[in-house]
Amino acid sequence: MGISVEGVRKQFGDFVALNDVSIEVPDGALTALLGPSGSGKSTLLRVIAGLEQPDGGRVVISDRDATRDPVQDRGVGFVFQHYAAFKHMTVRDNIAFGLSIRKRPKKEIEQRVQDLVRLVHLDGFTDRYPSQLSGGQRQRMALARALAVEPKVLLLDEPFGALDANVRKELRVWLRRLHDEVHVTTIFVTHDQEEAMDVAEQIVVMNDGQIEQSGAPRDLYDHPQTEFVMGFVGPVNRRGAMFIRPHDLEILTAPALEAEEAMIERIVHLGFEARVELLLADGEQLWAQMTLAEAELKELADGQIVYARPRRAKVFEPNGESRTEELAAA
Amino acid sequence: MLASPTVSRLGLRFFALGYLSLLLLIPVGMIVYRALEHGAGAALDQVTTPEALHAFYLTILIAAIAVTANTIFGIGCALLLVRSEFRGKALLNAAIDLPFAISPVVIGLSLYLLYGREGWFGGWLLDNGFQILFSLPGMVLATIFVSLPFVVREVVPVLHEIGDEQEQAAQTLGANWWQTFWRVTLPAIRWGVAYGVVLATARALGEFGAVAIVSGRVVGETETAPLWVWREFGQFNLTGAYAASLVLAMLAIGTLLAMNAFKRKEA
Amino acid sequence: MTPAPGARAEAPPRPVTFPRLGGAALGRGLVTAYLSVIVLIPIAALVAKSTEGGLAEFWDSLTSPLAISALKLTLIASVIVTLINVVAGTAIAWVLVRDSFPGKRIVNSVIDLPFALPTVVAGITLLALYGTDSPVGINVAFTRAGVVMALLFVTLPFVVRAVQPVLLELDREMEEAAASLGAGPLTTFRRVILPNLTPAILAGAALAFARAIGEFGSLVLLSGNLPKTQVASLFIFAQIESGNTTGAAAVSVTLLVIALVVLLLIGRLTHWSLRHAR
Repeated sequence: MGISVEGVRKQFGDFVALNDVSIEVPDGALTALLGPSGSGKSTLLRVIAGLEQPDGGRVVISDRDATRDPVQDRGVGFVFQHYAAFKHMTVRDNIAFGLSIRKRPKKEIEQRVQDLVRLVHLDGFTDRYPSQLSGGQRQRMALARALAVEPKVLLLDEPFGALDANVRKELRVWLRRLHDEVHVTTIFVTHDQEEAMDVAEQIVVMNDGQIEQSGAPRDLYDHPQTEFVMGFVGPVNRRGAMFIRPHDLEILTAPALEAEEAMIERIVHLGFEARVELLLADGEQLWAQMTLAEAELKELADGQIVYARPRRAKVFEPNGESRTEELAAA
Repeated sequence: MLASPTVSRLGLRFFALGYLSLLLLIPVGMIVYRALEHGAGAALDQVTTPEALHAFYLTILIAAIAVTANTIFGIGCALLLVRSEFRGKALLNAAIDLPFAISPVVIGLSLYLLYGREGWFGGWLLDNGFQILFSLPGMVLATIFVSLPFVVREVVPVLHEIGDEQEQAAQTLGANWWQTFWRVTLPAIRWGVAYGVVLATARALGEFGAVAIVSGRVVGETETAPLWVWREFGQFNLTGAYAASLVLAMLAIGTLLAMNAFKRKEA
Repeated sequence: MTPAPGARAEAPPRPVTFPRLGGAALGRGLVTAYLSVIVLIPIAALVAKSTEGGLAEFWDSLTSPLAISALKLTLIASVIVTLINVVAGTAIAWVLVRDSFPGKRIVNSVIDLPFALPTVVAGITLLALYGTDSPVGINVAFTRAGVVMALLFVTLPFVVRAVQPVLLELDREMEEAAASLGAGPLTTFRRVILPNLTPAILAGAALAFARAIGEFGSLVLLSGNLPKTQVASLFIFAQIESGNTTGAAAVSVTLLVIALVVLLLIGRLTHWSLRHAR
């Protein structure tokens, strides 16, 4: 049940939301569409679902050209950021909705609802109304509702965006486990790189209506192909044409080759990590990341003059190529 | 709705617009036609006779008084309902909504009973020289009755929405209650008030049944424009009736436009 | 934790919109006085008059043949008109919110015309097209159909204006969710949209009904003086003109009670059906 998007274009008035976008989503994969607001990721998801019609291009779902199919016929399960719960129906009726309009026998519906309720840990809540549930519970209900009709594809539009930070983290873990159990091809949209890196097997990074890069989380982090991807997927320092990850910025207490003089403005302690904020001679600011142990070992302190040197850096050529510069350890 | 079939969309549109045309639009068009059938001059002559002019004057005067009274009451009552606690709020709300539930003739009758010769107040008032029925005061009272709820009902939700934090802030800065009201509350609710005033005005200008009863319909004295129209129509002066109807319709459309302008500002 | 001796619980901040000294009480007094003079005392006088001759006379006035026929006509016509409004009003609100066509803004404004127009003018307006001089040959003057038509005219805005804002606020994503689960447009309307519109439709219907049973001005020319088209309000008016104020009061009080009961009932229904909004 793989999905293939080929050359899709979509415009809203003057605004180009999707500019010749193509992606491949393998059968059973858990894929994230990651990007800032306005990158087109939600639009792409809705085009795949059939909630928007593209101006050009094709959407192929399990080897069938579904571009002109109405959403009802695509077999997609869709989960919305704000749940879209049927607020006038109980949890049970919400989950049963898809089955009930397909006129399945009552016993079958009831059984399926029970199975799903157990799956999403909403046991005992079946007679409640959405207004009586917390945000996290509503979203779990929405997921159960979408899964009830056994969709070929599960699409989630910033599913945890409206929830508190800790509920978000819980549901992330839960989504991964759910995918392990249910194995349906899943695509979710997020602007949170941590969430994408945590949950997805494959990430598609989007910006300005186009695909910047797609691949496994590790690949994107270690081998970003553009400035944008590197900066979006993790923290980055920029020094001239070099892009340096904070944990690749080495701090030395004595001058060395390739190392620049800098003053420590502030050392921030974040749990077991230390974040060392540096001010260079020409006024530019960088920051380095190291373990607390390391910082203590080097006896770093505010106001100290040190020497900063990148262990690795990426340089992005104007022609689209990139290379990694690695400096040999002393 | 997504990709609703064009047929059903067009069908619904046709039904809705057809219904509106047959019931509303075409009849109003007929009025314009009939009023001007014999020329705009003839129509104008009809509505500028002394009696007609007096009728329009009376209508506007009564509406002005009634709406002013109801605006002051409306703002005060809204403040009371939203900003203070007391038992019997439900009763107050019910009393305010009463005019929506009562037929205009019933209103006319109740005033007639109250201020007539044998009425509870009528006897005393008449003996002391106060003429309520068959005179301006009675007509004003009737019109106040029918247009009572509008300003309150429009101001209450606005007051709810803006909350009282601004007012509390003004207090901490030293404002007394009048200053707070005049400089903070009133400006904040002004579009709600405006919209309520327009609704009340529309209702007051259009009042017919209650005024028909309490006014005694004395030609040239207590005959409002709608009453004038009724009489002229009954006396087969159709051009006059249509012409005056057209004027009243234009007044109505004017209020409509004001309603729309303020509705948008209120939102 | 018990408060320390001498400590007082902080009172909630006083609303400052009234003068400090008993301002709210003064306000309440003024409001009550105004309402009493304008609304409550007149109504009291009405009720008193209607029961002046005791309940027996009240009942007699109510059950005179003319009174019964007037009340029957009023109620039946009003129910019919309310039902038509529920369908037409919802359809019109739908078209105004979901559809788009040239002139939609104008049509939207025009909906309120029956509200702004004097009722007698409404009657004349309908007679111009559908009366004795009808250019299209339809004459409903002095007929029950005419009565229904006039009532439809004056009650037009109520359901439309009640439904419109709710339709505007309706969460489109619920409809998208239903579609993604396989529901066609009709099913979505029936099972997702309509249930959420019901409270508004009921509220609008209640107002339309209350308005219809009391309508007077638009019918005064259209119904002639025939018993078969004499609704309750016209009956009351005729009774006043002929000096039978007790009879008029009896029917008036009846109309008032019916309207209040309907408004109350629908109010409860609306409250109940809103129980899981949000």
